[in-house]
Amino acid sequence: MSETLLELKNIKKSFGTTDVLNGIRLSISRGEFITFLGASGCGKTTTLRIIAGLEKPDEGQVLLEGKDVTDLEPHQRDVNTVFQNYALFPHMNVEANVGYGLKIRKVPKSEIRHRVTDMLKLVQLDGYEKRMPSELSGGQKQRVAIARALINSPKLLLLDEPLGALDLKLRRAMQTELKRLQKKLGITFLYITHDQEEAINMSDRIVVMREGKFEQTGTPDEIYNHPKTSYVADFVGNANIIRGTVHSIRDGEVLVETENQIVKAAAVPGIRQGQSVTLAVRRENIRVCKEDQEGLDAVLEDKSFQAGQLHMTLKLGSGKEITVSRYGMDTGLVQGEKVRISWNPEHAVFVNLAQEA
Amino acid sequence: MEKKTKKKHGLFLTVLPLYAFTICFVVGPLVYMIALSFATNGAGSDTIWKFTLDNYKKIAEPVYLKSFVQSFQLAITSTVLIMLLGYPFGYFMAKLSDKGKRRMMLLIMIPFWTSSLIRMYGWIIILQAKGVLNGLLMKLGLIQDPVKILYSYPAVVIGMVYALLPFMVLSVYSSVEKMDWSLVEAARDLGAGRVRAFFDVTLKLTLPGLLTGVILSFIPSMGLFFIADILGGNKIVLVGSVIQDQVTRGSNWPFAAALAVVLMVLTSLMIWLYRKITHVKDLEGFF
Repeated sequence: MSETLLELKNIKKSFGTTDVLNGIRLSISRGEFITFLGASGCGKTTTLRIIAGLEKPDEGQVLLEGKDVTDLEPHQRDVNTVFQNYALFPHMNVEANVGYGLKIRKVPKSEIRHRVTDMLKLVQLDGYEKRMPSELSGGQKQRVAIARALINSPKLLLLDEPLGALDLKLRRAMQTELKRLQKKLGITFLYITHDQEEAINMSDRIVVMREGKFEQTGTPDEIYNHPKTSYVADFVGNANIIRGTVHSIRDGEVLVETENQIVKAAAVPGIRQGQSVTLAVRRENIRVCKEDQEGLDAVLEDKSFQAGQLHMTLKLGSGKEITVSRYGMDTGLVQGEKVRISWNPEHAVFVNLAQEA
Repeated sequence: MEKKTKKKHGLFLTVLPLYAFTICFVVGPLVYMIALSFATNGAGSDTIWKFTLDNYKKIAEPVYLKSFVQSFQLAITSTVLIMLLGYPFGYFMAKLSDKGKRRMMLLIMIPFWTSSLIRMYGWIIILQAKGVLNGLLMKLGLIQDPVKILYSYPAVVIGMVYALLPFMVLSVYSSVEKMDWSLVEAARDLGAGRVRAFFDVTLKLTLPGLLTGVILSFIPSMGLFFIADILGGNKIVLVGSVIQDQVTRGSNWPFAAALAVVLMVLTSLMIWLYRKITHVKDLEGFF
């Protein structure tokens, strides 16, 4: 796992006057499943295109197995891509599409047929050889696109939001399947998505991108449970962001003053009294209780039931909105009711420390 | 159920003018022409409606056969040249910026505002012995004495290519414009170099445009006899000229009709053959 396969060194790219990538550095290990997670326009697709060779960086280097490939053409790199819109050749049948890469490498026809059959079996599309792309469903096209890339046994497979166009159920099934394929073949996957759930489910490592920069890199657990910035906390964990000042520190707990009240967070090194801090608390970790309990004053604004969860929108004294979710239908609380909210100190994570220290 | 038939009824009403137009101005004249080709030519310009195959038999005479051969030769030469010039033109035009595309489109359209007959006379000025082209070549020192271009086969080919090139350019352009370039990127990503990706993907997917261009230049080039008359002197006699001659001077309408029918059949045959070879099923929508 520790052997470096791909290295990005200070990659910069701008289109016209817009800076898309501002000095990106990253190294990817062999066999890793790494995901670039970010909102659209954050530069993740540009990064992928630079790795594939479809775009040239303005500055910086791309190293594949230690070799500088920055100026090599796409067809000279041992990297294959699964495109966002599949990009299947509409004038070729499934067999010709999947076998295209081998045909270019002048692999004998009988061997191509063999390997295509095997590959289609692997993506569970056996018997579809003679179908045209227009006769396939979205999920099937996706499988063909994956097979077409994987058949070349690339050192690195780039996947650009490959499941974006599929419905939720199919997407979940394909997530499992992609992970299975990656484990089985041992090929390094670089996956791009804007869906945090997808990133968390599949990745060994997640890179959260924002405005052409890497916001945080880490395992799904690190990204989800220990976000370093409010952006990551909000984007990945749908957390509530609460700003305040450190009131006092005692017994391994930090008391933070916000909304003229005191809330608790678990202590972290380097926190000083009087410092302004930002707390991230995920919506499922917030308790809502009646007025007779301890906690922040809030008013229940709205309730809705989505995907087995009850979502509550609450308003704090300052007008700031807090979202809370929990399993089950009802809470016995009614709209407009005055409530108190609280959380366990370990569920409040200090974010943006680097900026606010 | 009722709603559906109503809808169909409405559709029929909207396409009715189209059908009426086609029947009156396309099918009708065509049927008349075919019928005419089997009629007998009377004295003067009278047509006697008596069935005969003489008109078709007459086409086999060497003088008429020769005009067919010449027409096809010229049409094929011109079309091949138009293809070689027009495809790259249309391809690169589709890759221009929006502003560049609009400008180029305007430049292509401007000549159409002038009658093509007048433009052909313009070519006489360029191609004649003491014309612009010879003057230029002599000034550049490429030739010592003027070359005779006007009233020769090459002059006719130049005229044909000039007149029909826009149709090829525009149909290739509209086909290339619709290209999904991610397919070319996919081919490159899978190991194809630029040239290989072009032939495997771009060319194959823009064949409908190329085919439309071929048809739009091949068919007219069989009939644009005035170009051959103006730029070729009287050396090249095309079927079109023969037909015109039979209608005006010869006053033999049935024979002219037979010539036209044979020309139409042969042209359709060529296009059918070409489509068979290229495997293109649908044509590029023009404009």
